[in-house]
Amino acid sequence: MTEEMTLVPERADTLPIEGAIDYLKRKFPDAVKDDTRQGYSGIIVDPAHLVEVARTACDELGFNYLSSATAVDYLGIDDSMEMVYHAYRISGGGALVFKAQTDRNKPEIPSLIEVYPGADFQEREAYDLYGIHFPGHPNLKRILLWDGFDGHPMRKDWKEAYYEQETKPFDSRWPKGYVRRAEELNVFGKNVKYPADLDLAKLSDMSEEALYSGMGLGVDVSSFPAQADELQTDRLVVNLGPHHPSTHGVFRMVVTLEGETIVALEPVMGYLHRNHEKIGERNAWNHNMPFTDRLDYISSMSNNLGYALAVEKLLAMGARYQPPTYRAEVIRVLMVELTRIVNHYWAIGFLLNDLGAFFTPALYAIAEREKILDFFEATAGSRMMCNYMRFQGVAKDLPERIRSVASHVNDKVRDFNTMDYLTELINERIPRSVDELDRYLTDSEIIKERTIGVGYLSPDMAIAYSTSGPLLRASGVPYDVRRAEPYSIYPELDFDVCVRHNGDIYDRYLIRLDEMRESIRILKQILPRLEKTQGESVFAGNKAIYMPRVPIGEAYGRVENPKGELGYYLVSQGDPKGPQNPWRYHVRAPSFINLTPLGAMCRGQKVADVVAILGSIDIVLGETDR
Amino acid sequence: MYGMGILKGLGVTFKHFIRTYLDDIKYAGRKYLRQENFEARQGLKADGAFTVMYPEEKIAVPERFRFVPFLVVEDPDHPERPGEDWCTSCGICAKVCPPQCIWIVRGEDPVTKRPVPQPEAFFIDIDICMNCGYCAEFCPFDAIKMDHDYELASYDRTRNHIHDKERLSKPFSYWMSIAPTTAREEAAARGGWEHPDVIKEFKKSNRTPTPVTEDWQQAKMNAAAFVEAQKAAAQAAAAAPPAAETAPTVQSAPPAAESTPSGELSPEERKRRREEALARKKAKQEKAAE
Repeated sequence: MTEEMTLVPERADTLPIEGAIDYLKRKFPDAVKDDTRQGYSGIIVDPAHLVEVARTACDELGFNYLSSATAVDYLGIDDSMEMVYHAYRISGGGALVFKAQTDRNKPEIPSLIEVYPGADFQEREAYDLYGIHFPGHPNLKRILLWDGFDGHPMRKDWKEAYYEQETKPFDSRWPKGYVRRAEELNVFGKNVKYPADLDLAKLSDMSEEALYSGMGLGVDVSSFPAQADELQTDRLVVNLGPHHPSTHGVFRMVVTLEGETIVALEPVMGYLHRNHEKIGERNAWNHNMPFTDRLDYISSMSNNLGYALAVEKLLAMGARYQPPTYRAEVIRVLMVELTRIVNHYWAIGFLLNDLGAFFTPALYAIAEREKILDFFEATAGSRMMCNYMRFQGVAKDLPERIRSVASHVNDKVRDFNTMDYLTELINERIPRSVDELDRYLTDSEIIKERTIGVGYLSPDMAIAYSTSGPLLRASGVPYDVRRAEPYSIYPELDFDVCVRHNGDIYDRYLIRLDEMRESIRILKQILPRLEKTQGESVFAGNKAIYMPRVPIGEAYGRVENPKGELGYYLVSQGDPKGPQNPWRYHVRAPSFINLTPLGAMCRGQKVADVVAILGSIDIVLGETDR
Repeated sequence: MYGMGILKGLGVTFKHFIRTYLDDIKYAGRKYLRQENFEARQGLKADGAFTVMYPEEKIAVPERFRFVPFLVVEDPDHPERPGEDWCTSCGICAKVCPPQCIWIVRGEDPVTKRPVPQPEAFFIDIDICMNCGYCAEFCPFDAIKMDHDYELASYDRTRNHIHDKERLSKPFSYWMSIAPTTAREEAAARGGWEHPDVIKEFKKSNRTPTPVTEDWQQAKMNAAAFVEAQKAAAQAAAAAPPAAETAPTVQSAPPAAESTPSGELSPEERKRRREEALARKKAKQEKAAE
């Protein structure tokens, strides 16, 4: 091994992906082998050596940013379970994909939390949904589901309460589609199953202990004798949420307090869990597009784009694929950047809510957002659930006029020329309102007092915890998927990756303003491109294919969503003709993974700041809980 | 100096507050009366309060707005095929529907057991519908469309929220009224204002579909003219009265032959099937009326 090692160039952390894989294969000849399955890439690592390989990849090869870690169940294909890891270099470039396979009956894969702390929630999710054990994980318990849930729902042999058929379209809908309601199948609603080892008496136990059991917390005054010169305080557990106006949804934080100072914080989520990924696997490829709208419902356009890009990567392996037309790409970028502005209006407005400026700033921001939503509504047909992107293009060209038709009593119509509307929106309205927000908020002493130096996240920690988006960039890490691994027409657009260096709430607020300004800059470059491509097709290929077949393989598509990096890991397997349904559909949700360092960020802060720190991460529960 | 930031912030708030009233003064009380004022208030030049006083005034939804599908049927006063479905019960909408909220019973000939291009029943569970618009987007016959009627609140979800064919069916003129531009684009793609199958039928029998350059009402007038001409021709030929009366409808009937593997059918056979279908429909209507 040592002889071969000398052949390796000195800077292993700049090797291209192939070189890095060779490096790993040389270093671990027994443990690492190529993934040779059709349409797959990366390496398969022996679980016994997984931690060493990951450490080498992270420390020596520079793949220090674990974007996604997820499990796949190959029941009926090779009857194994697999963990798939996508690690990137924070300096940009493609992914090092490594996988570890394990037996389905006794799945066990060593935890990577020592190497990548960002694997924390993702491994817990894999444990929760697939039942894979991760020896070495300090807190391996369910994260999205509750303890009384029977089974691991993402396993291929698990069936939901109203199970009808393995995949859509369901046969009962046509040609003999006699309607029935799901409730009719289950009149008394008794579809709950408990695991055999669950103590049902515990469920009706309303005591404090039961409430916080499993949190590793508890009221224990005696263990902390107060100093004589200090105010005597109790150690106290406070439950923030699940119903709390500041949690941006149904989200719970169990906070242990020492006086007013936070000793530990544990996020509890999953109240909005609907097993999006299982639904996604029952769905056909096309069906998933409107479901992605419901992830981060503030920015549905970018969710659509991420999914379209991931599926296009798979389609590109087949023969009949045509890349989206130039106009389609232009429209996609237009929509996505407008979405970023929408999202940041929202994020800033509600951050101010969390700081106590109740709803005045939020309403000013929302009023501006309305103008963009009007455009979305006229183009895509819906304000929030846009469902606008398609594989190889977009659903429809921009309308000539943003025009409404009166069809109700008291309807008032509006009629604008689309290009004029967009031009005015981008050149005047949005810059003016961003400036106004800036003028209104940036210098406010209250905001500065409440936010500067609060909720600090260091750059190293931000990378290690796999955070992304404004949270990562406000900590001084200029990482933006649009530049790190460009997609669509971003390479030809002129914009800067915003970065701020203090890593506190104030910088996270400022970076959102910066990003809005960069988005305006991009949009200004998009306008002439829209004019130039007027009348060109917005869809490549045959639009009438309603049930596309996707070539066998895997793909990981990621986009820079307003809230961070949104990734879709897709596996197409099974049917040799090209399956109609995804075998695996995984969403790497930025809101979910950005919560990993929440506990660390809040430690030592005051209880009043928790709400602001959470607000500065900018989560949306539709995406966190999936 | 302390307090400046707060004062500045308050200044912005105050300006927003004032703007609303300035707006009122600007329109001198006519703020809510005139159409242009509404457009200005709800456009990019608006300042101050942006509220719409629902339900006294409502923002009309744009053409592409989508909310719960409906089925397009021919207008009731259509001379040739009054009230007939555009839907051919091909099932594409049911298959492409992401939450699978569409149930279709395909029409079937009671004698031959062959499918006929007409749905026997059609249900949409609007509690499940996610308003994605795929059914309208992928329908090859432009027969299912997304509605604009968003005021669907009701007291009983178990009875009112499964829309059946009767509830879903809306005439083509309604579709024209809510989405004229889209309807025109689609008609241009079909090659005429008529149903795609009717256009196909026309081409076989040397009738020209109504060009999209003309008003859509022209399609009805053309059909009426055609019916008149047929009647006149029949009278002139002094043929047997019952045959002459049904002749035009036979011409325009949805081509049952299209979906059968045997290809062309004799006119007698088609007439027989047509009559059977009408009898079935009538029987069903009577049943429904009960």
